[in-house]
Amino acid sequence: MKKQSFETVVADHGPAVLRVCLAVLGPGEADDAWSETFLSAMKAYPDLPADANVEAWLVTIAHRRAIDVTRAAARRAIPVVEVPETGTAPGADARDLDLVEAMSKLPAKQKQAVAYHYLAGLPYADVAAILGGTTDAARRASADGIAALRRSYPGTTTSAITGEPR
Amino acid sequence: MNSPDVPGDLARALTATPAHLEALHERLAAAAQTDGVLDIAYRTVDTPVGTLLLAATELGLVRVAYASENHDAVLQTLADRISPRILAAPARLDATARELDEYFTGRRRSFDLALDWRLSAGFRGQVLHHLATDVAYGQTASYGAVAQLAGSPKAARAVGTACATNPLPVIVPCHRVVRSDGSMRGYLGGRDARRTLLTLEATA
Repeated sequence: MKKQSFETVVADHGPAVLRVCLAVLGPGEADDAWSETFLSAMKAYPDLPADANVEAWLVTIAHRRAIDVTRAAARRAIPVVEVPETGTAPGADARDLDLVEAMSKLPAKQKQAVAYHYLAGLPYADVAAILGGTTDAARRASADGIAALRRSYPGTTTSAITGEPR
Repeated sequence: MNSPDVPGDLARALTATPAHLEALHERLAAAAQTDGVLDIAYRTVDTPVGTLLLAATELGLVRVAYASENHDAVLQTLADRISPRILAAPARLDATARELDEYFTGRRRSFDLALDWRLSAGFRGQVLHHLATDVAYGQTASYGAVAQLAGSPKAARAVGTACATNPLPVIVPCHRVVRSDGSMRGYLGGRDARRTLLTLEATA
């Protein structure tokens, strides 16, 4: 198995990793987290085994970056979660913004479990490896997060069915 | 199972615009360049001989590829042979693109660019070095003559191989190497491309 060019890695995983950064950190910090994630991934890329799960690897790096950002923000006493700027999502309407805001209010573990499983498409075993704890705990955190989002987000649609991640 | 509409809506709500992703890509390329981890930068340019892929290491231009060589395949080969740390990053290739534009508009007769020769080792590399310096704009040379320049008069066939595998076509002018009867045999960019280049050089 041959290792793809890093350009292909960015093209294939850049959008999903940005969703994860937006979901976990909010728009104020997402760009910096994305940039630091891909720069540090690029540095380490030659040593990554060719058969590694690249998406899980990137999310793991992004997760560590997010923890650093969160800690730094806590030290500066600046709230990490901000009201989303419009323009981040071209198709976003008011309901989407409600959903994003509801997401920002979830406890960290639920937010991360939802982002890594549903936005990055990682199986719960990989989510558990990133978060620490058991696969069941990761599954429960994700289910609790989704349940909380459904409660605070009344405008559910029936058309946007994406199903379970691959 | 959880109702799937919430994750779907969430993914859509958090989808960035293409312009936003492009800006992040640009920022990554600039940071990678600054930190010395952009092993290969590439871009494409549109020319009279089609879209050319240009790729450069920190040492210089390492690859020019015709569209017929399949740019994706060429990039994969660069990833395998040199480094997978490759990004579309036009800045490193600004000078190359400018000189090619001058060449194709008849305002430049030789290239003044740093070249990274690592893809042409041994005798093939020697042949290409001689081509780059000894066969001038507007001239042609036979395979045998180039073999003589490279110090191996009987190696005309090897000169043919060197030209057929030239990693830096146009810049290293293998299009100027023709049969001893003056006819044009196969060229890695295709006969039309060779004719276009020789016609340009004969008339500019």
